[in-house]
Amino acid sequence: MKYIAKKLFTLIITLFIVSLLAFLAFQIIPGNAAVLRLGTNGTPQQVEQLKEEMGLNRPIAIQYGDWLGSFLSGDMGVSYTYNMPVEDMIAQKLPSTVALVLLGCLLMVVLSIPIGIFTARHAGGVVDRVMTVLNQVLMSIPPVFVGILFSFVFGITLRVFIPGDFVSWDENITQFLVFMFFPALSIALSRVAMTVKLLRSSLLDEMDKNYIRTAFSRGHSRDTALRQHALRNSLVPVVVFMAVSAAEMVAAGIIIEQVFAIPGIGRLLIASIGTYDFPVVQAIVLILATWVVVVNFLADILSQYIDPRVRLG
Amino acid sequence: MNRQIIKSPLHHKKNYFLSLGKGITGAMVVFILLGMVWQPYSPTAMDAMAKSQAPSLLHLCGTDNMGRDILSRIMEGAGTTFFIAACVVLIGFTIGTLIGCLTGYFGGLADVILMRVCDSITAFPSILLALVLVMLCGRGKYQIILILGILFIPSFARVVRGEVARQRSQNYTAAARLMGAGHFRIIFKHILPNLLPVLLPTLSIGFNNAVLAEASMSYVGVGVQKPELSLGGMLSEAQTYLGNAPWYALFTGLTIVLLILGFSMLGEGLSREES
Amino acid sequence: MLDVKNLHIRFHKARGGREAVQGIDLHMNTGEILGLVGESGSGKTVTAMAISGLMSRKQAICTGEIWLDGVELLSCDREQLRRLQGKDIGVVFQEPMSSMNPVMRIGAQIEESLRLHTNMTAQERRDRALYVMAAVELPEPEKIYNQYPHELSGGMLQRAMIAAALTTRPKLLLCDEPTTALDVTIQAQILELLKRVNREFGIGILFISHDLNVVRKLCTRVAVMYRGKLVEEGPVDEVFFHPKEEYTKRLIAAIPTRKKRG
Repeated sequence: MKYIAKKLFTLIITLFIVSLLAFLAFQIIPGNAAVLRLGTNGTPQQVEQLKEEMGLNRPIAIQYGDWLGSFLSGDMGVSYTYNMPVEDMIAQKLPSTVALVLLGCLLMVVLSIPIGIFTARHAGGVVDRVMTVLNQVLMSIPPVFVGILFSFVFGITLRVFIPGDFVSWDENITQFLVFMFFPALSIALSRVAMTVKLLRSSLLDEMDKNYIRTAFSRGHSRDTALRQHALRNSLVPVVVFMAVSAAEMVAAGIIIEQVFAIPGIGRLLIASIGTYDFPVVQAIVLILATWVVVVNFLADILSQYIDPRVRLG
Repeated sequence: MNRQIIKSPLHHKKNYFLSLGKGITGAMVVFILLGMVWQPYSPTAMDAMAKSQAPSLLHLCGTDNMGRDILSRIMEGAGTTFFIAACVVLIGFTIGTLIGCLTGYFGGLADVILMRVCDSITAFPSILLALVLVMLCGRGKYQIILILGILFIPSFARVVRGEVARQRSQNYTAAARLMGAGHFRIIFKHILPNLLPVLLPTLSIGFNNAVLAEASMSYVGVGVQKPELSLGGMLSEAQTYLGNAPWYALFTGLTIVLLILGFSMLGEGLSREES
Repeated sequence: MLDVKNLHIRFHKARGGREAVQGIDLHMNTGEILGLVGESGSGKTVTAMAISGLMSRKQAICTGEIWLDGVELLSCDREQLRRLQGKDIGVVFQEPMSSMNPVMRIGAQIEESLRLHTNMTAQERRDRALYVMAAVELPEPEKIYNQYPHELSGGMLQRAMIAAALTTRPKLLLCDEPTTALDVTIQAQILELLKRVNREFGIGILFISHDLNVVRKLCTRVAVMYRGKLVEEGPVDEVFFHPKEEYTKRLIAAIPTRKKRG
């Protein structure tokens, strides 16, 4: 419990720093938000009036506190381009992105762990050697290209889904999941290959340790010793890597939403970067950064659950 | 250097990763260098008679929707992508090594703070950070070189720092110090050459991440701007005509894969050589 | 009870092709403590590994015969051997810390042999484990049962390892330098414990050590190995006071005594 409390404290501090950086990057560095909002047609009087209205003449610390308070209560500002509340724009787009990333994470876990165990069990065998080479190749294919290949093979050729014809989850959940499966696999594929490689080598390292000899002396076979003893020990680096992957998959997801024309926050982010729509970019970046920080926190907790020694370090 | 000597007989197995990596990387470099001096067609020359043609002897990789030769375009684009990745790695590597050497060698509060900052930056996906920075610095070839170069500094600094700190605690640095060598002489003459085996795999990973980042950013339109060609931008263009000319996307993508695969095999081979 | 006849162990070419054990014969009676001594590289640990069935067949070829209560171990297949390991043969290793699974509770490790070899319920296994833990003088068995290896000292862990090897009441307890990694005071306690285990449970112990002093305190009979061969065997006192072989004499002379230290 003490460990969790400590990690929770770090989590909150990190989120605070991230929010401060996001505030500075998008509120202060871009310069005068009032000018940006009025465009080039605004008269100096109009700018001054709007600045006063937006509270831009107050000290930065107070502006930050105000901004953070309203952000946390769900008021994320107003889009420069669409003149509508940012939180409404995001709420509309978030479900697809969440589904994409969670599906990607799920695929990573359910594919890499069994395959990793299998290759370690049959290390040196034909399947293992083929997998080692295949892994190296899969790791080298960028998610964008995987996505394009999938749209060609499963979309255009096999017609499992229609490329670009996104089905919203509240319209038809099955079609939505079929459609989402391919982008999710695109962002997960190279990560699966990396995790398999890591789990395999981690397992083989553990199998050489003394406690495995003890397990053999009690009548364990190689398979049961691997599953009942080595596996849990080998998982800590894997969990940490999966947290990194969950963060990387969000980034890959931004690109993949573009490939499959998924109306998620990744596409909104790219579009908003194009139009210099600072409030939207700021909100999305903060959401994605929070995901990264929270996933790392969860990985810390999970590592500690897997290996009680972690809490000492 | 000493660890080369102790090798059990089992390690005489051929290192296929290293030789394959060398082969693929070598071929890609030759391909790109060739593209600088000779291309079968002009990458922008349109041919109304040969629109969206499948690969043939005349056009080895086929033509796009405007009848432009895809092989020539790939040569041109691969050159740009390679140039960007090389520059990014160069910036990240040079500055990262410098920071890593100094903080790893001298330690102290600056070391603690800088490494904390590096840890935080590397926790976030570099593409995400790069997208934000594009908004602040602008888009374009040189902008993304600068942005990615800066974002790649921490990963190099971390590796170098760890290794320098380890080397510093070894006897030969103490010996060099006793013989009157100055700190900077020790860092650059004694420690730096010993870092090479650790740095080479890191360099190959860095290069691949740079290729990946360029491809992703140019694909979504914030990297290299049209009409300049890069592999990522071409992928986006090719996707539009996926139904009529799938070979455009296929060959462009394969070029990226081979570029990354070569370096990743090289890195893997080098680290296997080490252990 | 244990009979080793003309045991040869040769490593495969990739591992040096050395013949580590060159035809040894060993005999052990039921309920006896036999010491197997020799310097490192003499083949004593390899012999113990062969007896416990832990010698990987990918690494070395064992020929000869090893009889344990009427079963020849070298001709057993992996499956048959596994049914004996942990049930009829218990092993205690040198480093207790690394020999225990760091992420598994002590209790689960102690009752593992029961889980693999008996049909006992979880409650029965727990009761047996706690009983054995008390028997090897682990304080507060209930508490230690739920602890992890890193929370215990080396001496405590070695007691737990011994407990784990005893739950199934094996016929043979193989101890491979079980006290070498421990402090001297703890060493003495562990030796006392092994003696008591032998006396109270009637379990035969094959004790492997390079330390003649320890062997003398514990064993009834001793066998001396040198360069893969058995050079001398007999009751402890006889070997100590009337060594026949030159090597044994040198080994005994090398023991630091109070007299020599002055």
